[in-house]
Order: sequence, then C-alpha cells, then structure tokens
Amino acid sequence: MLLAKVVGTVVATRKDPRLVSNKLLLARPMDPRGKAEGGYLVAVDTVDSGVGDTVLIVSGSSARMASGLKDCPVDAAIVGVIDAIELNEP
Amino acid sequence: MQIARVIGDVVVTRKDENLSGLKLLIIQPLTPEREPAGRTLVAVDAVGAGVGEEVFFVRGKEASFPFYPVEAPVDAGIVGIVDHWDLG
Repeated sequence: MLLAKVVGTVVATRKDPRLVSNKLLLARPMDPRGKAEGGYLVAVDTVDSGVGDTVLIVSGSSARMASGLKDCPVDAAIVGVIDAIELNEP
Repeated sequence: MQIARVIGDVVVTRKDENLSGLKLLIIQPLTPEREPAGRTLVAVDAVGAGVGEEVFFVRGKEASFPFYPVEAPVDAGIVGIVDHWDLG
C-alpha cells in the first residue's frame, strides 16, 4: 500500500454507473518522511477522508476489495486515515 | 516475492473494517547486498514480523490470501521472515 496526502477533490458528472455516489479524491503519494513521490492519483475514498489528510491507498485489483467497491472499475482506493508514522531506521 | 527490511509502522484508527486487527508495517525493498531497491511501501503483516527484521513480501491481491475468508483490501503483504540468504 502507499502513503499519500489528499490534495484535492475530483468532480465527474459523466462516469461509469458503478462509480456513481463514490467520492473521488486527488492524492499525492509520499514517502514515510512526508516527501512527495511520483505523480498524482485519483482514488476512491471509502473512509470519509478529506483534503489535508494523510491516507493509506491500496492499488491494483486489491482496490476492489475495499468496502463497497466490489466489481467497480477502480485501481486505487483510500482505505485508512493515518494517525501516526513511526520510523526506525539504522 | 521480494526481500525487504521492516523500517517502521503506521497507526491507522479510521480504516476499512476488513483491516481491523491487521498490523501495517513500512518496508524498504532490498537488493541481495542489502542496498535499498526502490520506494518504501506499506505492507500488511501475516507472520508476526517486526521493525528491523528482514522479510519477504508478496505484491498484488495475493497479499490478502493469508487472511481468507476475510477479504482484506491490501496489495502488499509480508509472508516470511528471512533467517539468512546466500549468493551462489
């Protein structure tokens, strides 16, 4: 899974019917120290997160196992809101 | 599967219900020479691994198989703790 910062929302009127009533957010993956990593992602929110939150994103076919996303055409889902990151590196 | 070192953990209170009770660890993939190989990621722990240990992990939907029949929404999972490895 990826750590990411939610940086925005996505509004889409015309979309796959199975995406109706899902909240789409724009997220920027980051490393555990908070540094942005790679490009932006559109992810379906399943835990009521919002802009500014640090979140856990599951990607690929596993995203469809998130709550309420069975058989939905998604490849990234927000499945947790991070409270704390503890690093212990040599 | 790939070799990695566990370098930390994340605390997540608000999460998918199928993630409850699962331990989420931050891992750094490694080369056989123990150099970092690519980006860190968050993996679910299926074997009781801890910070500082060298492990191997699986990517993709297979990461949820240790928790069957619960369908945990995970795409990376630690499935073994490495005792040692040898290069021929």
